[in-house]
Amino acid sequence: MKALLDRLAPLALGLIGLALWEGLTRLYAVPVYVLPGPLLIAQTLWLDGASLLGSLWITLRITALALLAATLGGVGLAVVMAQSRLIERSLFPYAVIAQVTPVVAIAPLIIIWADNTTLALVICAWIVAFFPIVAATMTGLNAAEKNLRDLFRLYGAGRWQTLRLLRAPAALPYFLTGLRVSGGLSLVGAVVAEFVAGTGGAETGLAFRILESGYRLQIPRLFAALVMLAGAGIAIYMALDLLSRLILRRWHDSALKEPS
Amino acid sequence: MSAASPLLRLQGVTHFYGGGKGRNLLALDGVSLDVGHGDFLSLLGPSGCGKSTLLRLIAGLAAPTGGTIAWPDGKPTPGDIGFVFQEPTLMPWASIADNVRLPLRLTGRKATTGEIASALDLVGLGDFAQAFPRELSGGMKMRAALARALVTQPRLLLLDEPFAALDEITRFRLNEDLMRIWRERQCTVIFVTHSVFEAAFLSQRVAVMSPRPGRIVAEEPIDLPILRVPELRTDPAYSAICRKLSDRLAVAMSEPLMSEVGP
Ligand SMILES: Nc1ncnc2c1ncn2[C@@H]1O[C@H](COP(=O)(O)OP(=O)(O)OP(=O)(O)O)[C@@H](O)[C@H]1O
Ligand SMILES: [Mg+2]
Repeated sequence: MKALLDRLAPLALGLIGLALWEGLTRLYAVPVYVLPGPLLIAQTLWLDGASLLGSLWITLRITALALLAATLGGVGLAVVMAQSRLIERSLFPYAVIAQVTPVVAIAPLIIIWADNTTLALVICAWIVAFFPIVAATMTGLNAAEKNLRDLFRLYGAGRWQTLRLLRAPAALPYFLTGLRVSGGLSLVGAVVAEFVAGTGGAETGLAFRILESGYRLQIPRLFAALVMLAGAGIAIYMALDLLSRLILRRWHDSALKEPS
Repeated sequence: MSAASPLLRLQGVTHFYGGGKGRNLLALDGVSLDVGHGDFLSLLGPSGCGKSTLLRLIAGLAAPTGGTIAWPDGKPTPGDIGFVFQEPTLMPWASIADNVRLPLRLTGRKATTGEIASALDLVGLGDFAQAFPRELSGGMKMRAALARALVTQPRLLLLDEPFAALDEITRFRLNEDLMRIWRERQCTVIFVTHSVFEAAFLSQRVAVMSPRPGRIVAEEPIDLPILRVPELRTDPAYSAICRKLSDRLAVAMSEPLMSEVGP
């Protein structure tokens, strides 16, 4: 009963909000090019859905490629840095620099350098997304219990054995936390990069559709695209959350079923 | 039992903790001790006197700040030493069977399922091979750690209060099992405990340690039959030894504490 209420409460709140929004836009006769009501947005979503979905697909492809690159690059970098203090000291500052430099500032350069627009967009999104994975995985690689590390030393375990059997599994929950953050950031990165690139290629992603709708004052369509984008972000998060629960199911406290 | 040269000889072993200026902590102060082949030695001492530290030094997990630890018949190779830490120290992501298999994997030995199963049967965890550590009670985890320490058939077993978290019945049973393993495998055991009764029941020799900084203040041979049977627990000779050890411990505890701050 309580569990049901927990689920219904946010839904009900959302519906009340939407109803208020619809009611107020009608009451004050707000022009649709300023703020369309939710019903109109839903209708636009229905009518323009097919063409918007095509654009969403393009954005999601860039997101997925960026997340893949961030995962491979992030884990690789973390493993390399975890090998020695010196390597970590020398590399980590550059990872931080890449993280704190606003991607909009370097995106034009990347677009000029990379001769393929898709590649340029993936690189931009990757820069935005990779840091959480690096930071989390690095913490995790050093998180194994001290006595366990001693146990491995006692049995003369080599560097590779220790990495594979001790440090990597210990890092897994941390990595998955980083992955969930990076999943959302990949989408943000892809959208920001598309904004900067404009209509660089023949394929136009969702971000460009948003820009275009703005220029043409097709505000309902802009909102429809936004709804789609938010939905995609939520779906990515939920998928990665589910993935990490499945992987950690048997041993990690974070994946425990909550008592209801 | 004891051969001409001991398995292990500690001479003036001293250990400091901490690196900060003026915050050094002297944990062990001049510990000298011979451990013979096939010995069963208990280290008895109050909390914080450096028993765990001493075991870590013997295992080679840390180097002593001063003094020497010598192995007259050759240094142990991986798998020669089994260590049960004070905490269970199991890998939470691996099943109990995989945890017990770990030493064999790390030392590149072939592990048969039968070996793992018999190691688990020995500690009464035969039904829990596929369970994960979180699904076990504290005492069961300690028993799994004991199975893991035994699986390489080590020459030297270092046990850091392995039975402290167990109920009396299980502890008695494991005490007897440990005796049997020690007799059958002719290994050497160094056993850390707070319990006078446990030390007296199990050991051939008990070293009593003083509060920090840890020193060995008495070495008591235990004059009981080599084979300890449960009936011994009510034997007057056993009670007399327990009383003697208690007195030794009380004397050790009443000695004035030395300064905790080193040079
Ligand atoms: N890693 C460490 N860093 C600094 N000090 C330590 C460290 N480990 C132990 N000590 C100190 O060394 C002393 C001896 O510790 P140790 O763990 O060897 O005691 P113990 O005899 O095993 O105690 P207990 O019976 O409670 O387990 C303690 O005073 C403790 O504070
Ligand atoms: Mg201890």
